[in-house]
Amino acid sequence: MAYVEKLRDPTAETSPTRRARLAPPPSLEGKTVALMDIGKSRGKEFIDRLEGHFKKAGIATKRYAKPTNTKVAPTAVMQQIAAEAQLAVIALSD
Amino acid sequence: MPDTLLPRDGLVIVAKRDCPTCTLIEPVMQSLDRAGPLTVLSQDDPTFPSGVRSVHYDDSLEQSFHLKIEAVPTLIRFKAGREVERVVGWERNEWLKIAGDAAKGDGLPAWQPGCGSKSLDPGVQEALIARYGETGLRSRAISVGNWDDPMEACFERGWTDGLPVVPPTDERILRMLAGTERKPDEIVGNIPPNIAPCTVEKVAINAVMAGCKPEYMPVVLGVLEAALDPLFTMHGLLCTTHFSGPLVIINGPIAKSIGMNSGVNALGQGNRANATIGRALQLIVRNVGGGIPGAIDRATLGNPGKYTFCFAEDESDPDWETLAERRGIARGKNAVTLFHGEGVRGFIDQKSRTPEELIRSLAMGLFAVGHPKLVRVGNAVLVLTPEHYKIFKDGGWSRRQIEDALYEALKRPGKDLVFGAQNVAEGVPESMADKVLDKFDPPPEGVLIARAGGPAGLFSAIIAGWPGQRVREECRAVTHEIK
Repeated sequence: MAYVEKLRDPTAETSPTRRARLAPPPSLEGKTVALMDIGKSRGKEFIDRLEGHFKKAGIATKRYAKPTNTKVAPTAVMQQIAAEAQLAVIALSD
Repeated sequence: MPDTLLPRDGLVIVAKRDCPTCTLIEPVMQSLDRAGPLTVLSQDDPTFPSGVRSVHYDDSLEQSFHLKIEAVPTLIRFKAGREVERVVGWERNEWLKIAGDAAKGDGLPAWQPGCGSKSLDPGVQEALIARYGETGLRSRAISVGNWDDPMEACFERGWTDGLPVVPPTDERILRMLAGTERKPDEIVGNIPPNIAPCTVEKVAINAVMAGCKPEYMPVVLGVLEAALDPLFTMHGLLCTTHFSGPLVIINGPIAKSIGMNSGVNALGQGNRANATIGRALQLIVRNVGGGIPGAIDRATLGNPGKYTFCFAEDESDPDWETLAERRGIARGKNAVTLFHGEGVRGFIDQKSRTPEELIRSLAMGLFAVGHPKLVRVGNAVLVLTPEHYKIFKDGGWSRRQIEDALYEALKRPGKDLVFGAQNVAEGVPESMADKVLDKFDPPPEGVLIARAGGPAGLFSAIIAGWPGQRVREECRAVTHEIK
């Protein structure tokens, strides 16, 4: 079902309509990086490699996975990542 | 509108089956079709009229909108692609002039008025303007993806107070603007904290989001103007670490005409006008002014009234001098009083039976405002409910007698309130020990009394004020007439 296409801005319009992305942190020191496998074939190998690079750089990581690459990650997985990490790499391999 | 629907040269009739005049002249339409060419735009039934070759179902009312149809039947003659004449309703002589002998309508009355066009049904015109016309709206249009929920889009953009808002579409905004005669581009004032100019259109957008009806607009505009009164110090109230937010009290006939609640559960949920008028003010401060909790709004705890806190005073007793009257607005005029209110503190007294007893009892409850050992750190609103009010009324007390008696009852010897007295560190400086201290400002500012509430329950309510009110030359409750 298609919803409405246009709303009117209720604000003073001092910010752009396109919202800015969150700025990356100045450094990864002390941060935990989530590595989420989206479930494509050989994804694990790719993320193993990524994890190795982070480890070499002394950056903590945690591994996550979603059950299928065809759908958005379940809410519980996203909430867990948000609670346990400050950055995320969502990766695949084909 | 597709040009092919209308003849370059010929007749167009706009009609609907749900119109006795249109059905009356169905034979005339058939006769005109035989004489040809005739195009009928049917607003409500593609099978009406029967016996006419070219009937177009204007279910979207787009054609009716562009042709500016106000009533049906409307007969229009086109020549060289342009409208040259029209007649509204059935009037034989006029139809004969435009359409010739085929419009004679033998056996029909000479004249019968038509019915309103569907395109002018309540709320429809605004929808049609939004879809097919020029809205005149100047606020930035924000695109929402075809499959995105506009309610979620409002949340994601930070436009809400934590509860869902009504998505502000063009047709809702146009309907809201129809609730005021003020021009959409009129600037109402500058909204703190960012001192951003706020037009009537922006008020309408936020009123839509709050869930207001168009008839609330005069009140919403009046409330906003009161909030922008420098004496109300909206900016300070927004930034404070204290609990307070704007408390809106409405007086005057408009309260009843827009269905506000001054009775059972008057300070609670369930009434659309009470809920949405207060909410509209908060959304305007948030969205236009940029006043956002956690940012410039530093309230330690806040209070639920910061979602909305608005009620109407009970004016059912003509002997009662209303809050607005007391504050200078004549009875019968509409008014808004804004107060810097904390949450509701219940006051229970089921034993007092005389005005004097009740005054002493109320004074005990009021003295706890802020802290029992602090004075002049803000005023208070007393919401006097019917059963408590009856005690005063039966004793023959007027509003002013109640105010004066409370003022006297709320005096305390300084020595009981100084720092450390009664083993409590909080209090007043030692220099005040020999004085008799007033808890609040003198009437009419100190305790603002408003009548409201259901008929059962010996409970009134105390709504404490904001310590900013202690600088009384700069910060006070305000009362404005709603124009």
